[in-house]
Amino acid sequence: MDHPTLTHADDADPRDRGGTAQPLLIARDLRKHFQVKGGPATLFGAGRAAVRAVDGVSFTLFKGETLGIVGESGCGKSTLARLLLHLIVPDAGELIFDGDTVAAPDGITVRALRQQVQMVFQDSYSSLNPRMPVQDSVAFGPYVQGRSQAEARDIARDILVKVGLNPALFGPRYPHELSGGQKQRVNIARALAINPRMVILDEAVSALDKSIEAQVLNLLRQLKRSFNLTYVFISHDLNVVQYISDRVLVMYLGHVVELGPVDAIFDRPLHPYTTALLGSRPSMDPAHRIDEPPLTGDPPSPINPPSGCRFRTRCLHAEPICAATVPVLGAWLDRESHVAACHIQTPGSGHSQAAAQGSA
Amino acid sequence: MDGSHIATPPLVEVDDLTVRFVTREATVHAVNGVSFAIRPGETLCILGESGSGKSVTLRALMRLLPPDRTRITGTMKVDGRDVLAMDRRALGAYRGGLASMIFQEPMTALDPVYTINQQISETIIRHNGGTKAQARARALELFELVKIPSPERRLDAYPHELSGGLRQRAMIAMALSCGPRLLLADEPTTALDATVQIQVLILLRRLQKDLGMATIFVTHDLGVAAEIADRVAVMYAGRIVEEGPVAEVLGNPQHPYTQGLLASTVHGQPRDQDIQAIPGSPPDLRRLPSGCAFGPRCSQAMLACRTIVPEPRHPAPGRMARCLRVQA
Repeated sequence: MDHPTLTHADDADPRDRGGTAQPLLIARDLRKHFQVKGGPATLFGAGRAAVRAVDGVSFTLFKGETLGIVGESGCGKSTLARLLLHLIVPDAGELIFDGDTVAAPDGITVRALRQQVQMVFQDSYSSLNPRMPVQDSVAFGPYVQGRSQAEARDIARDILVKVGLNPALFGPRYPHELSGGQKQRVNIARALAINPRMVILDEAVSALDKSIEAQVLNLLRQLKRSFNLTYVFISHDLNVVQYISDRVLVMYLGHVVELGPVDAIFDRPLHPYTTALLGSRPSMDPAHRIDEPPLTGDPPSPINPPSGCRFRTRCLHAEPICAATVPVLGAWLDRESHVAACHIQTPGSGHSQAAAQGSA
Repeated sequence: MDGSHIATPPLVEVDDLTVRFVTREATVHAVNGVSFAIRPGETLCILGESGSGKSVTLRALMRLLPPDRTRITGTMKVDGRDVLAMDRRALGAYRGGLASMIFQEPMTALDPVYTINQQISETIIRHNGGTKAQARARALELFELVKIPSPERRLDAYPHELSGGLRQRAMIAMALSCGPRLLLADEPTTALDATVQIQVLILLRRLQKDLGMATIFVTHDLGVAAEIADRVAVMYAGRIVEEGPVAEVLGNPQHPYTQGLLASTVHGQPRDQDIQAIPGSPPDLRRLPSGCAFGPRCSQAMLACRTIVPEPRHPAPGRMARCLRVQA
């Protein structure tokens, strides 16, 4: 298992089991609720409230693409990332990695999943062992997976070069001796050292300065090509998501509200929340400032979220139907499908702005 | 600094401010000769990356830096008063009275064991006197001013009972409680969600206009500066490298660092091309390079840039850049 060189991508990946048409990852109805004590309606232990962090999320991740996941704090995007790696075990739902169900008797084990899926976290310092030189941190993954110490060290030195760090200079350093951008490069190297097929980047560039963020984004794009990777890119920064993603998934309070190709989402958003999120971006042009905020108030708490459509409490188009029934995302077929969970988009839903049944 | 408008005297005058943090091991050169002036009603955005000295400048103006480890030189005048010469008593009246500050993290800036009303009332009574009932009435007014829904109920809430956006509004209300003439804002919207950030920015812009305060707004986000600033000062390694009206600095940057910052900020670049990142990383403030601090990362650097610290040059009225390439 040699690492592919930086110059050419591995077109026919020997690890590919399902073929190019088989999605790399299918998530079906993933659910994770966290029990909390108390909560507004259940004071003094009269019952237990739950944070419905991820509440029935389904999507498909195609091979070789970058799927951007956006949403505000508390929407469940980081919980979703951890569910994909079984760092948090889902309460319900199914994960299918390249045709094999994860943690099922006839599927692949979580350990096998983690040999193919790696993750980079936001806080570059706390995800490295402070008492280990960074080269040893990078070598640790291959070593745990059965390489000899010498082999693991060679892999680590090799991969450090590929993320733009000179192993002779930076390898022996400890995390506190590196800048934020350098630490994040080490974390990327650590994720890539075991030669994964998929990398989950959870706000991986959010803590970096703009000039460093640009360097790391360029590096991520280059590594994706040369290692034939598939990315799940989680961020609250819409500009960065627009730049790096092929498709985008928008989350609100534990639900997927919109899913589609990046240009479709940014040019023709279907869900009122996506429209508001896009309209909240600072304009970058002092001559065209935003005068009216697209939304008022904060996102509600994911403990006891609103009934029906969870966005209805902040939505300008909310009608009684929105409180009564939960809108469904609709079916997506391929990479080009653009769907939204909104009654306005569902013909015959009963919303006054929706098309009549059968006409759409 | 800005010779074209001399109608109103400046409220804030900072001249050749330097701040050093001295420890046994090293001396950190955090701010290295910063000068600027702000007139009443004006918003200056200090734009820079981490370690550029933008927050240290703001804290120096409020005298919030630890006195035993900090060496401050230069002059800072607010409303004609010398901030560096103030004793404890004068500082107590200055902070929260003439000038007040809002922070990035309202959860750590507010006291968790007192209600919001207790904290705002304490400030009001401390500066203006009066009874608790009068202070509460003023706090209620302020809550309505910053558009907190159901203000009566929220006044008696503890900080942890409010959402992030409401906490930040409560902190703004507290900062405005004694009618400051200068508002210092240190990344007040950075920790907020996108849909909440724009609400707070619009609120701050409106309050600043209605109340006629001068504002210094520190941010690392070009988009935030474009939304709120009248003028922008770009800081790098403890110096202001470029200054001017916001539209001109963002539209026609003169300093290579400002140009690089604009090019490396992701906003609608084509997806199939690399972003033009600035190579390298900011200098170590314990060992600043000689000459221009940006020189080692600058694509247009000349031999002279290694030895000469560029003096301010004025390519147009109201504009300043510290770069040898800029024609004065």
